[in-house]
Amino acid sequence: MRLELRDITKQFPGVLANDRISIQADRGKVLGLLGENGAGKTTLMNILSGLYRPDSGEILIDGQPRTFDDPAAAIRAGIGMVHQHFMLVPVFDVVDSVALGAEPVTGFAGTFDRASARARVLELSRQYGLDVDPDARIEDLPVGVRQRVEILKALYRRSDILVLDEPSAVLTPSETEELFGIIRGLAEGGTTVIFITHKLNEVLEVADTITVLRRGRVAGTVLPHETSREELANLMVGRDVELTVHRGPAHPKEVVLELDDVYVRDDRLEMAVRGVTLDVRAGEIVAVAGVQGNGQTELVEAIVGLRHPDSGAMRIAGQSIERASPRHISDLGVAHIPEDRMRDGLIRQMTVAENYVLDSYHRKPYSDRGQLDRSAIARAAAAGVRDFDIRTPSIGTFVGHLSGGNQQKVIVAREFSRPVRLVVAAQPTRGLDVGSIEYIHRRIIEQRDAGAAILIISTELDEVLALGDRVAVMYAGRVVGILPSERATKEAVGMLMGGVQ
Amino acid sequence: MNALRTRLRPIVIPTLAIVAAFVVGSIFLVLTDIDHMKSLASDPVGAIAGSLGAVGHAYMALIIGAFGDPAKFAIALNGGTDKQWATAIRPLTETLIAATPLIFTGLAVAVSFRSGVFNIGMDGQFILGALFATIAAIALKGAPMPIILLVALVAGMLAGGVWGFIPGFLKARTGAHEVITTIMLNYVASQVVLFSLRLEFLRQSNSTQPISKVIKDFVQVPMMLPLPGLRLHWGFVVALLAAVVVSWLLFRTTRGFELRSAGLNLTAARYAGMSAGGSIILAMVVSGFLAGLGGAFQVLGTVGQMSNDVNAGFGWNAIALGLLGGLRPAGVVAAALLFGALRNGGGLMQVETSIPLDLLVFLQALVIMFVAAPGLVRTIYRLRQPAPEGGAPVEEGAAA
Repeated sequence: MRLELRDITKQFPGVLANDRISIQADRGKVLGLLGENGAGKTTLMNILSGLYRPDSGEILIDGQPRTFDDPAAAIRAGIGMVHQHFMLVPVFDVVDSVALGAEPVTGFAGTFDRASARARVLELSRQYGLDVDPDARIEDLPVGVRQRVEILKALYRRSDILVLDEPSAVLTPSETEELFGIIRGLAEGGTTVIFITHKLNEVLEVADTITVLRRGRVAGTVLPHETSREELANLMVGRDVELTVHRGPAHPKEVVLELDDVYVRDDRLEMAVRGVTLDVRAGEIVAVAGVQGNGQTELVEAIVGLRHPDSGAMRIAGQSIERASPRHISDLGVAHIPEDRMRDGLIRQMTVAENYVLDSYHRKPYSDRGQLDRSAIARAAAAGVRDFDIRTPSIGTFVGHLSGGNQQKVIVAREFSRPVRLVVAAQPTRGLDVGSIEYIHRRIIEQRDAGAAILIISTELDEVLALGDRVAVMYAGRVVGILPSERATKEAVGMLMGGVQ
Repeated sequence: MNALRTRLRPIVIPTLAIVAAFVVGSIFLVLTDIDHMKSLASDPVGAIAGSLGAVGHAYMALIIGAFGDPAKFAIALNGGTDKQWATAIRPLTETLIAATPLIFTGLAVAVSFRSGVFNIGMDGQFILGALFATIAAIALKGAPMPIILLVALVAGMLAGGVWGFIPGFLKARTGAHEVITTIMLNYVASQVVLFSLRLEFLRQSNSTQPISKVIKDFVQVPMMLPLPGLRLHWGFVVALLAAVVVSWLLFRTTRGFELRSAGLNLTAARYAGMSAGGSIILAMVVSGFLAGLGGAFQVLGTVGQMSNDVNAGFGWNAIALGLLGGLRPAGVVAAALLFGALRNGGGLMQVETSIPLDLLVFLQALVIMFVAAPGLVRTIYRLRQPAPEGGAPVEEGAAA
C-alpha cells in the first residue's frame, strides 16, 4: 500500500515537534527516515501508529484520508510497528508472543487455536526468510531473533506498511546485515517499509528514498545513489559536519594501564575474560573492538573496580588495583564513561548539577565537613554546561529530561572535570547523533593530546577505526590481535571480530 | 509567579485529593443515613436535603473537634480566664498531640524510602522505643527528672535504631529483603513487649492487663503551655526539629546525597564509587532512630505508661502519610497534622452525630487512594499533566 503524510503538524507545550511534515512511501519500497534525536521522528511515528493525533495534516493510505483514534485503528489499517524497545513477554514462546492479541480461536468453545497460529507463524517465517524457532522462549533468544519475532508479529496482523524504529540500535553488525536482507525481502514481497534511523550508512545501504528531518521539519528528500554521507550529514545537522575526526599522530609515553593475564568472571560466574594482557600508554588511544558479549563489559568493570579479577595483575600508574574500590581507582585519576549511561552513569531523577558531582560530591570544594556546598556545585555545573555545550534549560533540570547526546555530554563533562590520567570509555557514542559523536570524539582526542591514556571499548567498527592509535580485538574473552592504526583496516579487524585468525 | 507555582506544585494534588475524599465520603454518609433514607420514597427532596444537612453537621463537628470552636475562642479572646483559654485551644493541642508520633514515624518512612530501602518495620521500632524508654525510666526512678527523661529518650531511640540496624545489616550483607525482615521483626517486637510487660520489674502490680507501672508520676516531658488540663508537650516541637534535621540530612549533606543516589539508582551510585551497603544500613538505622524516638515520646510525654497497644497504628499509618507527604519532611509534617486532625476531630463527630469512628478510617483511606492515583485527581479536576522541567517532551530516540 502507498502511504502518504501531508503537512502533519504536532505542537507540544514549548516545542513544535512536527512542522508541516510531508512524506510518502510507495508500495514495495523502503523509505529511510533520517534525523537526529529530537528531530521529530518518534513523534511522527507515534502519530502514524495512532498514539498521538496530529494538530493538523492528513494521513493517506492508497490516497484515502484516514484518522486513527488509537493504536488498534492503525493496526486495522495495516500499519505495523516494530519498536526500538521490544514489546514481548519474556516467558512466552514465539507462537504465543506473535499471536498475543490476535489469537485464532477454535470453533469448539472458542479456545486459543495454537496449532493454526503455529502453522501461520511457520508459513510467514518461510515466506519472508525470517528464521525463527516457533517453540523457543523469548528470553532464550538473542536480540536479533527477538526483533524478527517483532517483525513476525506485525506481518501476522497483515501489516502492509511496516515501520521499524531504530532497528539496528541493539544489533551486532552481522545481525544488522541479516536485518537488511529481511527488509529487502519484505519490500520485494510488496510490503511498504519505513526505516527510522540516525545512521547514515544504513539508509544509504537499504533505503530506496531518504527523507531527512531536522528540528521538526523535512530538511530534504534524496535518492541514495544521488547523495553522499556528507550531504546527508549536512541535511541532518544543518551545518558542515566532519565525519572523520582529525587525529594527529600519537606520542605514546609511559605505560599507565597494565593488564597482565587477567581473568574475570561475569554475573553467572562464567569466565568472561580469559587471560587478557594489554598496555595503554599515556598519549595514545587503544580501541578495543569486538562483538557485544565477548568479555569487554567485564574487562571494563574490572578496570574501574566494580568487579574483582579472578587472577592476573592490573596496575594503574604502577599501583596494583586488583582489589581496589571504585572510589580508590577514580582517585587515581581514572575517568569512566560507562556503557549504559542511563543505568550506570546518571541518575535520571536528579538534576544536571547533582549528576555533575555524582562522583566528586564528597571532595572539596563541593563538600565542607560533610555538608554539600550547593553554590560551589552550582558554579562548577554551570561551567561544565558552558564548556561542554550541554543543551539544558537550567542546571536544575532533571537529567532524564535531556536528549541522549546531552546526557552523554553531562557524563563526559563530569569525568573530564577532574585531572585525568586514564580514560576508560565504553560505547561512548552509542545511540548518539552525528553532531554529538563528532563532539565527543574531539574531546577524547583532546584528552589524549593532553597526555592521558585512553582505552575505548566499542562495538562500532567505524568508531574503533576512527579513534584507535592501536586497535585490539576481543573475541571469546581474549585479545586475539592488536593492530597499529595503519594496519587496522575494516576487513582485518572484522575478520578478527568474527574469530578468524 | 513561576517560582511560586513551582513551589505550590507538590501540594496541589494532595489538597485536591482531600477535597475529593470528603466529597466521596459525603456520598457514603448520605447513603448510610438510615433515618433520612427511610423517607426517600415519600419525600425524596426532604430526605436528600436532610441527609446533606446531617453531612454538613458531621463535617462541622469534625473540624471543630480538630481545631476548636470559634465561639469558645471568642469568649477566650474577650479577656477569658486561663480555663476558658484552655477550653478554646484544647482541640487544637490534641490534634498536635495526635500528630506527634505520626511525624516521627512518617519521617522514618521518608528517610528509608528515599534511600531505596522499604522499612515496613516502624511499628516494631516504635513499640520497642516506647518499651526501652519505659524500662530506662523505671530503672532510674529516684534520679533527677531531667536525667531520667534524657536517658529514657536516648534508650528509646537506640532501641529503635537497633531494630532498624538488624534488617539493614541483613540486607547489606546477605541481600535479605527488608520488607520481609522488617515485617517479621514487627511480630518479634510485639512479643518482646508482651513478655516484658509480664516481668515483675515493669508490670503494674494490681493489674492483669499487659500494662506497665505508671511512670508519669516521676518522669514526664515538660508541657508547652502553662494552662490547666492541656497535654501538649515539647515532644511536638522535637518532632518538628526532627523534620528539619531529616531535611538537612537528605538534601544538604554528602551522606544524604549518597542515600538519595542509592535510592534512585543503585547501579549508578556504585559506579560513582559510593558504598551501597553503607547507605542501606545508615538509612535503616536513622529510620529506626526516628521511629524509636517517636515511641519514647509517646510513652514519656503523652500516655505516661507502657502498654502493648501504645503503637496504635502509628507505624502502619506512617507509610500512607509518608507517601501522602511526597516523602518530603515538610510534606510528612503536613500529612501527619491532617491525620492527627482526623483522628482527633473524629471523637467529637462521633459524640455529636451517630456517625461511627470507622468513617474516619474510611475518609483516610479515600484521601490516600486519591493521592496514590494522581491521574484520577487530574481527570476529576481537568488538570493538565505538568510538562517536565525542560518544557517539552523529550524525543525517545535511539539514546533514550
